[in-house]
Amino acid sequence: MLRLERRPRPSTLMAWCSPLLAVLLTALCGTVLFLAVGKDPIASLRVFFFEPIRDLQAWAEIGVKVAPLLTIAVGLSICFRANVFNIGAEGQLVIGAITAGALVLYLDDGSNGGFGLITLALLAGVAGGMVWAGITALLRDRFNANEILVSLMLVYVAELLLSYLVHGALIDPDGFGFPQSRLFSDGWLLPSVLSGTRLHIGIILALVAAVAGWLYLTRSFSGFKLQVGGIAPMAARYAGFSSRRSLWISLLVSGGLAGLAGAAEVMGPIGQLTPSISPGYGFAAIIVAFVGRLHPLGVIFSSFIMALFYIGGELSQSRLGMPSAITGIFQGILLFALLACDVLIHNRLRWSR
Amino acid sequence: MDALAPLLASTIIAGTPLMLAALGLLVNERSGVINLGSEGMMLMGAITGFATTVALGSFSFGFLAGALVGMLMAAFFAWLTIWLGANQVATGLALSLFGVGASAYLGLPYAGESLLPPKFGIPFLQDLPIIGQAFFRHHPLVYGSIALCVAIAWFLGRTRSGLIVRAVGESPSSAHSLGYNVRRIRLMAVLFGGMCCGLAGAFMSLVYTPLWVEGMVAGRGWIALALTTFATWRPFRVMAGAYLFGGITILTYHMQAMGVPIASQLLSMLPYIATIVVLVLISRNAMWIRLNMPASLGKYFNPNN
Repeated sequence: MLRLERRPRPSTLMAWCSPLLAVLLTALCGTVLFLAVGKDPIASLRVFFFEPIRDLQAWAEIGVKVAPLLTIAVGLSICFRANVFNIGAEGQLVIGAITAGALVLYLDDGSNGGFGLITLALLAGVAGGMVWAGITALLRDRFNANEILVSLMLVYVAELLLSYLVHGALIDPDGFGFPQSRLFSDGWLLPSVLSGTRLHIGIILALVAAVAGWLYLTRSFSGFKLQVGGIAPMAARYAGFSSRRSLWISLLVSGGLAGLAGAAEVMGPIGQLTPSISPGYGFAAIIVAFVGRLHPLGVIFSSFIMALFYIGGELSQSRLGMPSAITGIFQGILLFALLACDVLIHNRLRWSR
Repeated sequence: MDALAPLLASTIIAGTPLMLAALGLLVNERSGVINLGSEGMMLMGAITGFATTVALGSFSFGFLAGALVGMLMAAFFAWLTIWLGANQVATGLALSLFGVGASAYLGLPYAGESLLPPKFGIPFLQDLPIIGQAFFRHHPLVYGSIALCVAIAWFLGRTRSGLIVRAVGESPSSAHSLGYNVRRIRLMAVLFGGMCCGLAGAFMSLVYTPLWVEGMVAGRGWIALALTTFATWRPFRVMAGAYLFGGITILTYHMQAMGVPIASQLLSMLPYIATIVVLVLISRNAMWIRLNMPASLGKYFNPNN
C-alpha cells in the first residue's frame, strides 16, 4: 500500500516543484473534464495553453490580465505571510476603481489629463483600496473581529455601492439610462506600452510592485518582523515585534495594491465605470498568491498561468462552444492540486506492505 | 395585523437555509475543523438539487442530491485537511471558489427556469387566523431544521457521543490517548456539515426562490459561518441568529416594496453590514470568544506522532 511518511526535514525540491506539479495536475483534470463532456482534449488544451500565446497580440492580452492579478497577488503574498487572511481584495479593487473613476469623472473636461493627473487618479485608487482594507484592520485591531469574514462581507458591500453609483450619481447623462458612466477622455487613459495593443502601463506598475514587495520582504527589517509574526507569533512577541503593526501594514499594503489594480482597470482596458469591473480578479489572486509560494517574484509565474486560464476560458466559448464559467472550475482545481501537492513537501510516499 | 403574517412567514423561510447551514458548521467546528467551503457547498447543493428536481420531477430526490453533493465536497475537504494535513483555511477557500465556478457552469442550462413547489400545511393549525399563515403552512424542512436544532443541542450537551465530539474539538490529543479515533470523528462531523450546507442550498433553489440564478446563495454561506461565532457555538443561539438575519433580509425586501426612498442597492447592503456589526459586537470581548471557541479549531492533528 502507498503510505505517507513524514520527512525528517521539508524538501526544498518539492517546495519548488509543487506548483509546477499542480499546474500539470490541473491540465490533466481539465483533459478528463473535456473528454467527459465529449470535446477533443487536444484541441481543448491548445485553446488553453497554446492559442493564448500564439502571437504578439495574444501575449499583449495575457499582459492585460496579468497586470491586475499580479498587482493584487503581490499584496496578498505579504498579507498571507503575516498570517492575515485578507480575502476581500475583490472589494478593495472595486473601491479603488470607484475612487479613481469618480476623480476622473470630476476633473475630466475633455482636454486635460496627462501624466500628473493620471498619477493623481491612480493614487486615489490606492487610497480607496487602503481605506476599504483599513476598515477590516480597524475592526480586527480594536474589536478582534475575524478579518476573513469582515473583508469578505465588505466585497458584497463594495459591489452594491458600485452598482448604486453607476445607477445614480455617476451615470452618464447622455447614456440613455444605461447603468454606466461616460467614457473617460483619451488624456485620462493609461498610456499603452505596446502600440497597437491594449497592453497598458499597469503591467509595468505590477512588475515594479513585485520587485518592491520582494525587496520589502527580504531586505527590510519591517518585512522580517512581519514574517516572524506570521510563522511564530510567540517568538515575535518575545522579540517585542508588534503584531498590531504587522496587521495594519499587511492590510494597508494589500488593500492599496488591490485599489491600484482597480484604478488601472477602469483607466485602462475598460475606460469608464460599469457595474461589473472585475471578472473575479480579487479572488483569483488568492490562488495566484498561493501557487506563487507567497513569493512576490513567484507570483509573476502564477499570475501568468492564471491569465492563461482566463484567456482560455474566453476562447473556449468561441472555439469549443464551452461556457467561460469553465475558468472558475479550473481555478478551484488548481488550488486543490497545489494544496495536495504541498503535502509532499513535508511527507514522502513509500510503498509498504 | 394582516401584513404581519406574511412577514413572519417569509422571515422563517429566509432564516431556514441560514440555520441549516450554520447548524452543520457548528457541529463541524465543535469537532475542531473549520470549513470555509460553506458558500461553495451551498451553491453546489442548490444547483444539483434544482437540476435533479427538474430531471426527475421529484423534490425529495432534489434534496437528497443536494445533501449528497455537499457531503461529497466535504469528504474531499476532510481527506485534504484531516488526513493530508493541508491548511484548513486555504482548502476551505478552494472549496468555495470551486463551488462558485462549478455551479455557474452546471447551472447554465437552467438559468431563469423556475419550479412550482407543492403547498404544505399542518391540518387544523393552518386554518388559525394569522398564526396559521405565519407558522403552520411551511415546507416540512422548516420544521425539520427546528427539530435538528433541538436534536443537536441534545446530542452535544446530553449524550456521550456528543461529549466525545466536543472532546475531540477541545483537545484531540487527550481524546486520542483515551482511545478515540480523532480522524474518524472529525470526518463524521465534517460530512455532517457538508450535508447540512448542501441541504440548505437545495432549500434555497427548491423552496425559497424557487429558481436557479448564478451565485444565488449571495454570501449566505459566509453569513452562516459568522453565525456560528455569533452564537458562540450554541445551537439555540444559532436559531435566534438565523431568524434575526432572515428578518433583516425580508425587511429590506419589504422596504423596497413599500417604496422607501432609499436605493435598493443600499438596502441590500443591510444583511452584510449587519453581519459585520454583529461580529464586532460579539468578538469585542476576546476572553468570551476564547472561552467558548473549541480550543483546537483549525489545527491539524496527526495521531501518528
